[in-house]
Amino acid sequence: MNVTTWILQVLEILAAVAAAPLFLGWVNQCRAWLQNRNAPSVLQPYRNIRKLFHKEAVIASNASQLFRLAPYIVFGTMVTAAAVIPSLGTRLPFTRAADAIALVGLLATARVFLSLAAMDVGTAFGTLGARREMMVGFLAEPALLMVIFVASMISATTALPDISERLATQALGLYPSLAFTAVAFTMVLLAENARIPVDNPSTHLELTMIHEALLLEYSARHLALMEWASALKLFNYACIGFALFVPWGAAMQQTPLALLAAIPALALKLLIAGAGLAFIETVSAKLRVFRAPEFLATAFLFAVLGLLVHLLLGA
Amino acid sequence: MSLPLDLQILNSLAALLLLVSFAMLSQRRIVTLVNLLAFQGALLCAATLLLAWRTGANHLYVSAGLTLALKVIVLPWLLHRLIRRLDVYWDTEPLLNVAGTMLIGLLIVVFSFGLAQPISELASTATRSSIGIAVAVVLLAFFTMITRRKATSQVVGFLSMENGLFFGAMSATYGMPMIVEFGVALDVLVAMLVLGVFFFQIREQFDSLDLQHLEALKEDR
Amino acid sequence: MTDVLPSPLSLCLAVLLAWLTIGVVGISRPNNLRLTRQLFAIGAACGAALAVIAALSLTTPTEQYVLALGLPDLPFHVRRDALSSVFLFLLGAASAGISTFAAGYFREGQGTPPGLLCLEYHAFLASMGFVVLADDAYMFMVAWEAMALSSYFLVTTQHRIPEIRSAGFIYLLIAHLGAIAILLSFGLLQGGSWQFTFDAMREARLDPIPASFAFLLALIGFGAKAGLVPLHVWLPEAHPAAPSPVSALMSGVMLKTALYGITRVAFDLLAEPIWWWGLVALGIGLFTAVFGVIFAAVQSDMKRLLAYSSIENVGILFTGFGLAIIFKGVGMPALAAIAFAAMLYHATNHAFMKSLLFLGTGAVLHATGERNLGRLGGLIHRMPWVAWLTLVGALAIASLPPLNGFVSEWLLLQSLLFSYEVPRPFVHMLLPLGAALLALAAALAAYVMVKFYGVIFLGQPRESTLHRAHDAGWLERIGLIWLALGCVMFGLFPTFVLGCLSNVGEQLGFSGLELETGSWWLLVPLADREASYAPLIFLGTATLLVILTIYGVRRFYHQRVRLGPAWGCGFGEFSARMQDTAEGFGQPIRHLFKPFFDMKRDLPTPFDTEPRYRVVVGDRLWQLLYVPLGRLVQLAANSVAWLQQGRIASYLLYSFVTLIALLALML
Repeated sequence: MNVTTWILQVLEILAAVAAAPLFLGWVNQCRAWLQNRNAPSVLQPYRNIRKLFHKEAVIASNASQLFRLAPYIVFGTMVTAAAVIPSLGTRLPFTRAADAIALVGLLATARVFLSLAAMDVGTAFGTLGARREMMVGFLAEPALLMVIFVASMISATTALPDISERLATQALGLYPSLAFTAVAFTMVLLAENARIPVDNPSTHLELTMIHEALLLEYSARHLALMEWASALKLFNYACIGFALFVPWGAAMQQTPLALLAAIPALALKLLIAGAGLAFIETVSAKLRVFRAPEFLATAFLFAVLGLLVHLLLGA
Repeated sequence: MSLPLDLQILNSLAALLLLVSFAMLSQRRIVTLVNLLAFQGALLCAATLLLAWRTGANHLYVSAGLTLALKVIVLPWLLHRLIRRLDVYWDTEPLLNVAGTMLIGLLIVVFSFGLAQPISELASTATRSSIGIAVAVVLLAFFTMITRRKATSQVVGFLSMENGLFFGAMSATYGMPMIVEFGVALDVLVAMLVLGVFFFQIREQFDSLDLQHLEALKEDR
Repeated sequence: MTDVLPSPLSLCLAVLLAWLTIGVVGISRPNNLRLTRQLFAIGAACGAALAVIAALSLTTPTEQYVLALGLPDLPFHVRRDALSSVFLFLLGAASAGISTFAAGYFREGQGTPPGLLCLEYHAFLASMGFVVLADDAYMFMVAWEAMALSSYFLVTTQHRIPEIRSAGFIYLLIAHLGAIAILLSFGLLQGGSWQFTFDAMREARLDPIPASFAFLLALIGFGAKAGLVPLHVWLPEAHPAAPSPVSALMSGVMLKTALYGITRVAFDLLAEPIWWWGLVALGIGLFTAVFGVIFAAVQSDMKRLLAYSSIENVGILFTGFGLAIIFKGVGMPALAAIAFAAMLYHATNHAFMKSLLFLGTGAVLHATGERNLGRLGGLIHRMPWVAWLTLVGALAIASLPPLNGFVSEWLLLQSLLFSYEVPRPFVHMLLPLGAALLALAAALAAYVMVKFYGVIFLGQPRESTLHRAHDAGWLERIGLIWLALGCVMFGLFPTFVLGCLSNVGEQLGFSGLELETGSWWLLVPLADREASYAPLIFLGTATLLVILTIYGVRRFYHQRVRLGPAWGCGFGEFSARMQDTAEGFGQPIRHLFKPFFDMKRDLPTPFDTEPRYRVVVGDRLWQLLYVPLGRLVQLAANSVAWLQQGRIASYLLYSFVTLIALLALML
């Protein structure tokens, strides 16, 4: 516990917060390329956020304090989550504050506040969005937990940095259980981040949207924070995935140099993951809202199969 | 984990076999079902080849070839032809919804893994840990047959069950004696042909392949 | 200390007596509302005192008294050990908040006069205390029945309404079924010594088969009181019927006495639990948890919704209980200790959060006169105190960090996670799947709470009368603040709480929790697993970040705000009727878990001039279990009915035959 590590920790958080919209921009760019569209700049999300910050906020007259506070809470929660996830280094002090299960709880907190805020104004779309968001949430959470369980069974701990370190240092090999859970995790990631098979991030068609419906009443700086938070959520999920399934490259010492060396590795992983995400989104079609439970049930099935296979084969 | 690489691959193949069984359990399109069956056969063939290379048992090469010829090429081809000629591409509504089927499927897997544990402690082969998967594949295929109404999908389930048995024999004792294997292969082929004939007869009789109609054959008491 | 001060046990008894005295004073002036309110405030102070005494006595050694009361040769035995202390603390702390609230809550009305209510209420409190302190089966049953009866009268406060009378009847019926099972269980537990003190039962050392029967009977008996499926049916009837402080007390504290009872039987009187008992309890517990929360999600009466949520939490408690037995039975002491501590922790948490929520609904009920979610909405503007304090309870019960519900859930998941090491075939594969069910229940609880809170407090008021709603009075606020503070504190200082609970486990033969690897702000329950959780850091960082963000946004940009009408995709006219109703919010659940429900729907046709949509969601168990059972009883009763001849002579004949038979038996 010295000053350097805390400074490094703060820098890591800042890096995550700063890089999150870039990752989103990269995914959007890849998606545009794959769909033969003119791609927006990678920096587009930053421009959007900046533009929104400069605008004047319009708030419904019957909104309560909860509505105004929620963007800050959601954003703050997501940044806390970013601090907990060992994206660059596994030995940073803050990663001890919560294990993987507590991290899931933290993400759930953000979701609940988002949904409550959506219900606050009392429009038909807000409540619809809240209901769907909570539905996706309660289906995704068991699947996510099962994914974490498999990883922590292999490494006998639920602390994310320890899981990551143990998986990185053990003998290389084929782990069917991890492969299954990786598939499950990807599906959860898609659902939780309002990506294509479950929700479409670029839709504004009233009847199909989930995430957008939650944000309908927000504008200007509140909307900017919400958008930033959702970019950060995507980034966080990607980093959880790396910690569980591609742990190589993260720094295991808390020296500045080691962390610096971890940046290119993380960037490379994000590049590939972003392209992969865009690919999945391009090749799949959006499901009806009531097919989403089946999608997530499949994710759960994959995770449980991973668990059982691990128990049987020890791999 | 310090297993040699070939065993790791074998285990992964076993896990994939299980996954394919689940895919078959949830699949409603008969054409895809047949493709999955072919894929399962291919996985089985790969596993047999790998095991043959590992143990140096020559008869396993033969059975791998047999698997490839019969289960990957001939039977799926026959089935595809059958589907085209009979014009049945979809199974009707399943008897149970997908989530329920999957849940029961998971319980079946837990049951068979638990069941196989004492057995695999008796076996001396290096692949003994995957006996549980073989049992699970057999039971899942059985369950697939139970939940279907169309005769064709039931046959696919039956063939998948045979795959599971074959895999079980392989993991427990490095394969059955050659003569038995030939016999079983022939049986399966003949069964397939006979069933093909039956299908046409059933359709002649009822204008449908839905096995619900067979219920009408029982005597009313 | 013991020389100067009286022992904790005598202090506890003094508090219970004080409650009884308050009740008696109350009944002496039955219609004096002012006096009653003051008495409730004094009762609250007694509760706080009990909480302090119990908390301080957690580490003191066990004490035992024989009271000079009871029947000849059958005196009352009382005993206080660490387990009793936990539940006394829970009783004292929760009742302090609830009584304060009640002091401001009860008004003149029809139904029971306030003085009588005061007696019933305080007799209820005292009998719960005596249940926890009893040290022989006789006193336990007396206290248990007193608890059931006093709460029955409290439930039927509005006894002029027929529905409430029938709700009370169901409650009383199931309470008595449970009491019979408990009585039989005690009969087995004495093991042939015919001594009904708990000490004798500890000595009895039963064989596995009678011990198993005793356990199962106790599980049925206490399960009926706790609301385990399928004996849960009284909960959703009785809770809405009772006045809110009473619902809070029943849900927050009385359900926990059932947990106390089964814990006492399994870990103390039976000493060596067999592992498969745990499997039974765990299976029922998990099913109850999922069942309860699914039904909570489709309710449209706010108190029914909370009642079903209580069923869910009872399920979670019994899951922890079952896990503790399993781990203890197969020899995994560290995990057993965690599961046991998690169970006690959750019991305490639930006492706080559920009381808070019930009192919140009470305040809403007073302000609006409406229990139906479909006629509420937007109350955060009218009653901000109640709304924000209830939010704490809602977030806590949805098990979100850094509040208290999350800690116990987290501990349970930790112990479930390592259940794959249980050396029993099948079990080690099924238990991790149980964790998925627990996670599902927790995530669904969040769904339920978003519905509960969002429909009542957020959005637009669904009725025009809601504009007249007023916030709660100051006594009510203090009660709510006290309970909300409990939710926050128990969430923020888990290491401290677990340190106290560890002692309880040790007295019952669990190994102690090794919390030294962490520190006061960092919880590390299992030293070799490295799982850690630091709620203070969580809250601190998140708050800091929120403040920084607010400050940053204000500093670097502007803070201009324009108020306007809601946008809502530009549809123009918006009325409060276009918001989701409670039924609408539950629709995905009704769709996904269709097999659970017994649904009756009236759908409008396109030609209706006044389209109406109505859905009634019932419990299938009524049709599957209770209705056939009722018919069976009716049938049996009918077949006995021919005995009623209406002639004196035949009745005399019955007596004569009975007498002869008994005399013959004596020969």
